[in-house]
Amino acid sequence: MAETNGHSQANGQHYVGTRTIRPDGVDKVTGRARFGADFNLPGQLIGRVLRSPHPHARIVSIDTSKAEALPGVKAVVTRADFADQPSEFIPAGEMMMNYKDVVRNVMAREKALYEGHPVAAVAATSVAIARRALKLIDVKYEVLPHVIDVVEAMRPDAPLLHDDLFTVGVEPRPDKPSNIAKRVEIKLGDVEAGFKKADLVIEREFKTAPVHQGYIEPHAALATVSEDGSTELWTTTQGHFIVRAHCARLLGLDIGRVRVTATEIGGGFGGKTVVYLEPLAIALSKKAKRPVKMVMSREEVFKASGPTSGATVRVKMGATRDGKFVAAAAELKYQAGAFQGSPVQPGVMCAYAPYDIENVHVIGYDVVSNRPKVAAYRAPGAPISEYAVESVVDEIAKKLGLDPIELRMMNAAHEGTKAAYGPKFGPIGLEETLNSIKKTEHWNTPLRKWQGRGVASGFWFNIGGETSVSLTVNEDGTISLVAGTPDIGGLRASLAAVVADELGVPYDKVRPIIGDTGSLGFNFLTGGSRSTFSGSMAIVEAAKQIKADLCARACKLWEAKPDQVEWKDGAVRPLGALAEKVKPMTVVDFAKVAGKTGGPIGGVGRINAQGAGPSFGTHLVDLEVDPETGRTTILRYTVAQDAGKALHPAYVEGQYQGGAVQGIGWALNEEYIYGSDGKLQNAGFLDYRMPVASDVPMIDTILVEVGNPKHPYGVRGVGETPIVPPLGAIANAMENATGIRFTELPMSPPKVLKALTEKGLNKA
Amino acid sequence: MAKHHIEATVNGDAVEFLCETEETLLDVLRDTLSLTGSKEGCSSGDCGACSVMLDGRLVCSCLVLGCEVGGRKIDTIEGLAKGETLHPLQKEFLQHAALQCGICTPGFLVAGKALLERNLNPTETEVRYWLAGNLCRCTGYDKIVSAVMDTAAAMRKG
Amino acid sequence: MARVVLIGNLAQLTGGVAEFDLSATSVKQLFAQLAELHPALGRHLDDGVAVAIDGQIYQDSLLEPIRADSEVFVLPQIAGG
Repeated sequence: MAETNGHSQANGQHYVGTRTIRPDGVDKVTGRARFGADFNLPGQLIGRVLRSPHPHARIVSIDTSKAEALPGVKAVVTRADFADQPSEFIPAGEMMMNYKDVVRNVMAREKALYEGHPVAAVAATSVAIARRALKLIDVKYEVLPHVIDVVEAMRPDAPLLHDDLFTVGVEPRPDKPSNIAKRVEIKLGDVEAGFKKADLVIEREFKTAPVHQGYIEPHAALATVSEDGSTELWTTTQGHFIVRAHCARLLGLDIGRVRVTATEIGGGFGGKTVVYLEPLAIALSKKAKRPVKMVMSREEVFKASGPTSGATVRVKMGATRDGKFVAAAAELKYQAGAFQGSPVQPGVMCAYAPYDIENVHVIGYDVVSNRPKVAAYRAPGAPISEYAVESVVDEIAKKLGLDPIELRMMNAAHEGTKAAYGPKFGPIGLEETLNSIKKTEHWNTPLRKWQGRGVASGFWFNIGGETSVSLTVNEDGTISLVAGTPDIGGLRASLAAVVADELGVPYDKVRPIIGDTGSLGFNFLTGGSRSTFSGSMAIVEAAKQIKADLCARACKLWEAKPDQVEWKDGAVRPLGALAEKVKPMTVVDFAKVAGKTGGPIGGVGRINAQGAGPSFGTHLVDLEVDPETGRTTILRYTVAQDAGKALHPAYVEGQYQGGAVQGIGWALNEEYIYGSDGKLQNAGFLDYRMPVASDVPMIDTILVEVGNPKHPYGVRGVGETPIVPPLGAIANAMENATGIRFTELPMSPPKVLKALTEKGLNKA
Repeated sequence: MAKHHIEATVNGDAVEFLCETEETLLDVLRDTLSLTGSKEGCSSGDCGACSVMLDGRLVCSCLVLGCEVGGRKIDTIEGLAKGETLHPLQKEFLQHAALQCGICTPGFLVAGKALLERNLNPTETEVRYWLAGNLCRCTGYDKIVSAVMDTAAAMRKG
Repeated sequence: MARVVLIGNLAQLTGGVAEFDLSATSVKQLFAQLAELHPALGRHLDDGVAVAIDGQIYQDSLLEPIRADSEVFVLPQIAGG
């Protein structure tokens, strides 16, 4: 594990690993912090979007003349205001998105492909006028048959969304378009031979519904465009450099002319890694010659921003009598929404990743349908496939009479295991998480009737990526840190601790901010569990520069040679005989003479962080089912997950707890409910039922730390893994409580009651 | 339709504003009075991010009309701290790391304060049910509940 | 010679050949050599692959060195949410 190679203060104190108060905390508890919708500019107009009421329709014509004539309306935009884009794939979250699709998702062109698809937008002097203007826009639609369900959409006679979509990944390439965008596959060994060796083969099909990331803050953007095309944009986003790139591309602007500020962000979870309002606000501002502010309503968030896929997953696993997995196959059908790009590829790669299996064959299909375009949601694709796999693993344990933790231990991936998606794992912590769970009092507590216990494991790859930070030593020795990855959950606390330890200054003398795109080199977005991992790595680089610079200055001041000085424990220290002549100098000391010794002191870290290590987790849940109502109460929940090194334990715990509760919602209640008319029926928080405080108990956390050898502090990203095991763990606990294996999520009270009633079990 | 002329008290200060009939108290607070600490999460009273106190009663300001608050007393998140002194709840939230993105935090603090004004010794269950009107998507509620319980304990002592 | 394995759909662009022994000493050379052998594959190497070298996954890293005895996998790119 990475150790104290200079990572400490002169008094030996570390901030890394302690529970410091986050530097942005006071503003957040006083309401002072400015989120997306809190920004305003003098003279701003309000922008609103006209959205298709039809799930699938050809847009025959759009007449905006009456809207434009309404007093108070200063600009109207439609597809005519956005240049078409050639087909080109770019990474957008975890999905490769095609700009031809991006421009069409931002503003419909030939067709409206989902209820809520933007068809026009207006900017007016008030909300009321904007609303009236939308009503005056006359759109002629040719309504087309729609398709919602993924299996329905795969049928050859299904309504076709795109007549230029030919399935990729199938040989020979089809000559007819379909709704199947892609077929992906991974193969290891020979599953046919493997299944022949199995004493037990279990095959099951599972179904999940689309669920929304559920961030409490709706999308918001404020744009102002000058007469020379310079554009300033404030937006709530996980990646302002990505927003800049998208907007520059879509609107034909030089990247350098667009300056994006990431406001504080009220939740993203992957859903704020793409653009919706930003290009519209910029286009409207350009036309109106005034700033334009746009905020989505909650209904718009549900109808027009990407949820994650719903899916159908078939899993087949074979094991020998003693519990060794000898073959594992799966077929995943993920819905992408209106445009291709579901997370089926990572779903395929993650499905069996926690296990060491010789023979694996997983196939996945990316399928379009008339729903909003899917966006990333925390470990995209993995919760779905691992729900299915962990359910079958549980069934294997039950049928073979094996302890579910022992069965997982027997097959667990560890250092050197060849992952189903190819490379061998370095050091990983899956076994440690399984062992930690096994040792808990939770695992050993007896249960009563109608109570059940379930366990499941899961992981996420985690990524690094391009990261730029700037460290400046101010004249009084305080340190300014400018980072470029929006802080979605406490990042600034961890980064400040790293800066403090690297430079040997007190924590509260470090002031971190998230800079705008004009202040830093490129930063890939916050996502992929990368911001703490990459940000701290970049800070180490920047700090190295500062330390080297201060040593050089010391040499000049002390008339010494480089081998007579060293940076150690927060100061440049004279070595050997020199130590009798001069005293060590800290950052504060140098700050006072910065100008006189060469100029301002600072360093930059500009890296493409590599070496991200996967984070494995195991979840344990106890629940109780009420047989009269079908309601499930979570009684107890424990998360064990490998953080590598927890730079700030409380915020690592927070990720474990938050992800677990999102998983609880996904497993027990959340789903998009569509009518046969293809319209969303539960586009609000009342009927899209996310967990509230009374739905969940305390979430106990165990921070496993198997250091990542590729990171200077041993850090592994932790943000995404927590949402991967809950679905399987809860489904397994439900089976334990009721004897019924639920193969459809969510396991909401009406569905549970129906299943219990069918088995005659619906009495206490 | 002429706007309504309303006089009220917000965080102890006399305020005066004009509003349309359909404007909610939340709209008025955020857009007219520039008090953006109360947040709009849903406009349907389901998320609690807009929680304020109206004549000492916890309400969703998105469900109250601006023109309804004439002569009434409103307390928002901006009034929780007293000068530079944070309310014990604010301090405990920071200590416990009971916030991640922070968008729901103002609502939880207003709701939490309302609870502690009525009951300085709530059980965990009472805290959870009192706060069931406030949605949080980041924290899973664990540290929020701990922060409220520890604040209650500290306030009982002190 | 480094052993190079294509994961997933990439082998479809090489007529089914998924394993190679190549003398590439960097990711950049690897992509160039693969593109020379299979031009259809070459176009894809720019838009969305990750490379695992001896178990460590690298993304967007043309200059990463490959040793003579390295085990290399070319995978779909990974991101997150």
